[in-house]
Amino acid sequence: MTRHVVAKARDIAPGSSQIVEVGGREIGVFNVAGDYYALANRCPHAGADLCKGFITGLALSDGPNKYRLERKGEFLRCPFHGWEFEIRTGQSWCDPKSMRVRQFKVDVAPGETLVKGPYVAESFPVKVEEEYIVIDI
Amino acid sequence: MKLPLEGAIDCDVHLSVPNVATLLPYMSDYWSDQLVTRYIDRAGFNLTSYPPRSPLTVRDDWRAAPGRPTGLAALQADVLDPGRLSGAICHTMHGAMALFNEDMGAEFCKAINAWVAKEWLDREPRLRASILVHAQNPALAVEEIERCAADKRFVAVLLPVMGDSPLGRRIYWPIYEACERHGLSLAVHAGSTYRNPPTAAGWPSYQSEDYMLQSSAFENLIVGFLAEGVFQKFPGLKLVCMESGFTWMPTFLWRTSKTWRGVRTEVPWLDRVPAEIIREHVRLTLQPVDAPRDPKILNKIFEQIACDDMIVYSSDYPHGHFDGDNGLPEGLSPELLRKIAIDNPRAAFPRLATVDAPDTKETV
Repeated sequence: MTRHVVAKARDIAPGSSQIVEVGGREIGVFNVAGDYYALANRCPHAGADLCKGFITGLALSDGPNKYRLERKGEFLRCPFHGWEFEIRTGQSWCDPKSMRVRQFKVDVAPGETLVKGPYVAESFPVKVEEEYIVIDI
Repeated sequence: MKLPLEGAIDCDVHLSVPNVATLLPYMSDYWSDQLVTRYIDRAGFNLTSYPPRSPLTVRDDWRAAPGRPTGLAALQADVLDPGRLSGAICHTMHGAMALFNEDMGAEFCKAINAWVAKEWLDREPRLRASILVHAQNPALAVEEIERCAADKRFVAVLLPVMGDSPLGRRIYWPIYEACERHGLSLAVHAGSTYRNPPTAAGWPSYQSEDYMLQSSAFENLIVGFLAEGVFQKFPGLKLVCMESGFTWMPTFLWRTSKTWRGVRTEVPWLDRVPAEIIREHVRLTLQPVDAPRDPKILNKIFEQIACDDMIVYSSDYPHGHFDGDNGLPEGLSPELLRKIAIDNPRAAFPRLATVDAPDTKETV
């Protein structure tokens, strides 16, 4: 496993995401209410750039013509076919048992600890006073 | 060739009203007078779906002929007795369904239901029937259901699969509420009132197209029921597709279920994969069987449907789909045949509980 410093934490605000490249592979980093999650930018259904889809909630209902949206910001909707994935788990909402997008371990680390290494910072310098998103692959 | 087991229930037997004059005694003075003085009693009121001389409309050996029994005697001799049936459910698809005058339509339905009760149900204890309603005005349809529901020999409400609007729409829900409340199944039969073209792309040139494409109307029906949330609103409702064919069902299950994953947020009450909902709520009559005769192919279709509860026995009498007395296809397991012929009809039409079960636990 190698630790990859992929982004400044403050660049990915709650409710937003950033697609980063790690070792030639695209990964979406999401900030869900202050917690960070990393998912492969590849839909397990048909290979679309999943992480470019809408970050949204879950449409639920208590019966015909009753609508509500819950868990806002916790789901990702694939831009190809609209399949929904839970950002926290990578699981498909409709088929949680057999459909899951690959997840990566993600941490927030202070620059202070990172400057000592070992890590790979591919695109920008690490400063002691910043916090960084670190992905282990 | 006889049915291989005793006590089957034939879920789709057709009655045909010989002429409008037959119904006049069951109508109010006003409507009887209207029909006679406007010469409406001379009209045939046959739906164009079944041209009288077409071989599909009446099987050759079931046609009226010198020496042949007629009416109830024919039904007994052709279907009930040789089939050793416990029961048969009669449906009267009648031109009145297509009337634009909904009061006249409702009066026809009332007369036809009364005629069915008196001329058929009263005279043959094995017979059951569906309640004919005029769907254009759901409130009048519910009135007719309420009028007939006390008679437990009515086991379903009958609608044509193509009417004014898709049947899943909320305007029709009072009919389904009444069905659920009275334990009546909803029997939706092939056929159209021709308010809309029988193909989704417009009017076809030939009756053959209309007939071949009936199955697509049932796909429309089920998709509409799913999307509108009819099964969520009325969890006790049993939808039985009559004369729909069923060999299209596997691909339909796959398509609705796969598509649901991408579009479910528009209809969030559809909270389970459609295949599960269809397997729980939708039943289809056996005849016409469209599959090739090779039992391996037919068994594969049943395997793909993955629900042995779905198909209910029907002969579709007097339409000609098979020879002899046995409408059950060859090569199915005895367990599946028994489900299709006996258990599934009784589950699909809960009011069949009053039909005597066969005495013997005969195996096929």
